[in-house]
Amino acid sequence: MSEFKLPSLGADMDRGRLLEWRVKPGDVVKKGDVVAVVDTTKAAIDVEIWSSGTVQDLLLQPGDDVPVGTPMLRLADDGEPATVATQPPRMSAPPQTLMSAPAPRVAPPAHAAPPPAAARRRISPAARKRAEELGVDLNKLTGTGPDAAVTIEDVLRAGAASTAVAPPIAAVGAAPISERASAMRQTIAAAMARSKREIPHYYLATEVPLERATDWLARANAERPVTARILMAALFIKATALAAHKYPEMNGFCRDGTFEARSDVNVGVAISLRQGGLVAPALMNTDSKPLDDIMRGLTDLVKRTRAFSLRASELSEPTLTLTNLGEQGVELVQGVIYPPQVALVGFGKPTRRAWVEGNTLRLIPVVSLSLAADHRVSDGHRGALFLAHIRELLQQPDTL
Amino acid sequence: MDPAEVRTTIAQVLATIAPEVDLETLDARAPLRDQVDLDSMDFLNLIVGLHERLQIDIPESDYARLVSLDDLVAYLAAKAAR
Repeated sequence: MSEFKLPSLGADMDRGRLLEWRVKPGDVVKKGDVVAVVDTTKAAIDVEIWSSGTVQDLLLQPGDDVPVGTPMLRLADDGEPATVATQPPRMSAPPQTLMSAPAPRVAPPAHAAPPPAAARRRISPAARKRAEELGVDLNKLTGTGPDAAVTIEDVLRAGAASTAVAPPIAAVGAAPISERASAMRQTIAAAMARSKREIPHYYLATEVPLERATDWLARANAERPVTARILMAALFIKATALAAHKYPEMNGFCRDGTFEARSDVNVGVAISLRQGGLVAPALMNTDSKPLDDIMRGLTDLVKRTRAFSLRASELSEPTLTLTNLGEQGVELVQGVIYPPQVALVGFGKPTRRAWVEGNTLRLIPVVSLSLAADHRVSDGHRGALFLAHIRELLQQPDTL
Repeated sequence: MDPAEVRTTIAQVLATIAPEVDLETLDARAPLRDQVDLDSMDFLNLIVGLHERLQIDIPESDYARLVSLDDLVAYLAAKAAR
């Protein structure tokens, strides 16, 4: 028997709110299966389970807002007899916000019977926090959550009643855009402040001629149907991944001052959201994927990020981040490392520039390539070799 | 193909990429990507969406001609007529 806990969802995303279960007691699951959808400030995240077995019971209810590390479900491991049907109901009072009963998909009706006077009131931490912020008196609220627990929606409703601002929130649903945008801003602020506080950044930049890559791409895309075309971004991602594999001190996590290099390269791709905000989910095993797979993966990742639908592993597993300003941007970006990663690679806007090669001066597309890296783990010399290797790889686009 | 029909199709595809954009508020003669903030991926998705709805092949070498909304309408209307 093992407990599956809410996994890490990336730096400074330390809580999640259960939106729905994708499994029920008795279901057989294998490693990587999505067992639940959890709302965070950045996305509604599909939570994948880390081991195989049979779901014994579910420990959370939809609507519960809990910290990372909270037990979510109990799993009978493979080979262990599952006792779902015969297990007697748990009699001890579950800890606050935890539930042992299978979760109903639909929230109970509003104005459920108030809890017995003797019972401890169940108030989710998020609801308590919002109540403080909004000046809502929790004692005057009728909880509509499981066991008449006071949910964040109850607090928001009460807050709206007193301020005449009606929040359009369903009983159990994803947060509305405006609330998510402000929560996301706070999450980004926390992660970036931590980065600037803890990580001694050093910065390098170089210019990369893109003539060969541009010509190669034009030829490749001319033969491809519109649905299979590749963007320059895919070449940048692949070159960065291959270079990260060769320079392991750029690829991994630094926690409590100790660096752990990773053998797999999962390039986090910074994706801006139209309504503001930023998410940098991982393209898993980037270095071993052909360009076509990277392009398909990138297309899918951008689509899902903007639809707020990501996997937990995509948020917790990027081993370094790439930011690509693209054609609408400016020439140079100097990034902020996303902790606990140790490097951020930036590509600016490609521009046509006068370029000297040998004794000739020509007009070619050029892009600035930059690195922000962690001085606790590497120094400028290695960082420079890393960038030079990316530049070199982009001169041989057919090998990517 | 009627340019008005083409325009409606562009609006439909654009709505899937940039839902906040109202085509009527755009300057049809000014660069589209500056007004709507379409990155390379957005622009490719626009081209793919137009290709799927209108069955028109849009080679990458023609992208440079597709700057404004008017350019796009004229290009697609002419291609659809063939």
